[in-house]
Amino acid sequence: MSAPAATIDWPEQLYGTLKRAGIRQVGYVPDAGHARLIDRCRADPDIHDVVLTTEEEGVALAAGAWLGGQRAVLLMQSSGVGNCINMLSLARSCRFPMMMMITMRGEWEEFNPWQEPMGSIVDPVLRLSDAEIYRATKPEEVEGLAERAVQHVFGDERIAALLLSQQLIGKKVWTK
Amino acid sequence: MNQPEAKGLERRAAMATLLADRKDDLLVIPGLGSTCWDLAAAGDNDRNFYLWGAMGGAAMIGLGLALAQPDKRVLVVTGDGEMLMGMGALATIGIQQPPNLAIVVFDNGHYGETGMQPSHTYNGGVDLLAVAKGCGIGTCLDVSDASALAGLADRLRTADGTLFARVAIASGEAPRVLPERDGVVLKSRFRAAIGV
Repeated sequence: MSAPAATIDWPEQLYGTLKRAGIRQVGYVPDAGHARLIDRCRADPDIHDVVLTTEEEGVALAAGAWLGGQRAVLLMQSSGVGNCINMLSLARSCRFPMMMMITMRGEWEEFNPWQEPMGSIVDPVLRLSDAEIYRATKPEEVEGLAERAVQHVFGDERIAALLLSQQLIGKKVWTK
Repeated sequence: MNQPEAKGLERRAAMATLLADRKDDLLVIPGLGSTCWDLAAAGDNDRNFYLWGAMGGAAMIGLGLALAQPDKRVLVVTGDGEMLMGMGALATIGIQQPPNLAIVVFDNGHYGETGMQPSHTYNGGVDLLAVAKGCGIGTCLDVSDASALAGLADRLRTADGTLFARVAIASGEAPRVLPERDGVVLKSRFRAAIGV
């Protein structure tokens, strides 16, 4: 029997997936939804944690890592997807494995309406970029989808995105 | 607008100097466009990963590769326009400082591939060397003559520490020398050559 949803620590499970997959480089633009996973990666001496100025840098980073025999993943928020589009042609032209873990904004009890335009087109834009989409809306779905996505990406040199829905992450708490 | 010819080194000779006596531990990433043709003209090598696109990505590909292969030297040679598009990469590299990574910008102050329109570095506009210094990259070299170029070639073989160099390039374009353009072939042969 699986654990009740409320007790599932999915960021920790994602870290476990990265470790089992032998991920050695993690590129990220800091993001509240990924904060715990980023902390875990930064504390891991076997992972190069690479803070990026923009998400497209991470696509190029992951391509370079694969050229050199290492596996990389990119962590970003939905707004970062738009920054990646041209650089994803690198993955498509050369069949570089490209694993993106994306925390969603603009889709559920979103406080900031400026998150909606990009958040609402993440799915179709990624599909047009030849990415396979894995969407998790409940905590108990995260680990299994992450494992499948990672297998797809590195086993077959493909592009995949694990979308972590805003409902899963919780709404951003704003204070004024 | 009349533009004065940019003073500097001839690009093909400059690339040949940097790659003279190339050893197997040197991995080279050019930017798309002129530096890609320059690299092909210097002689094909499985340890070159030619870029036909991904503008702004050359330095970051170099970073991922340098982190993955710490016992090999990684040389990125790109143009001023390509570097300007991905200038944030210099900040990212400044934080990482892999000792085996060198970024060399062939700076002719123009977008050669699209008809020689002036770039931001034209006529002393934007100083990429100052940007690299400001990003904390350990060694930053200004290369504007043959002896400085020879010094850079030597440092590429021996230096330990992240290196950035701006090489002043004359604004004339050289004939295109086109390398393999199948990305899967380029990736696979590169990985096979270094045994991954």
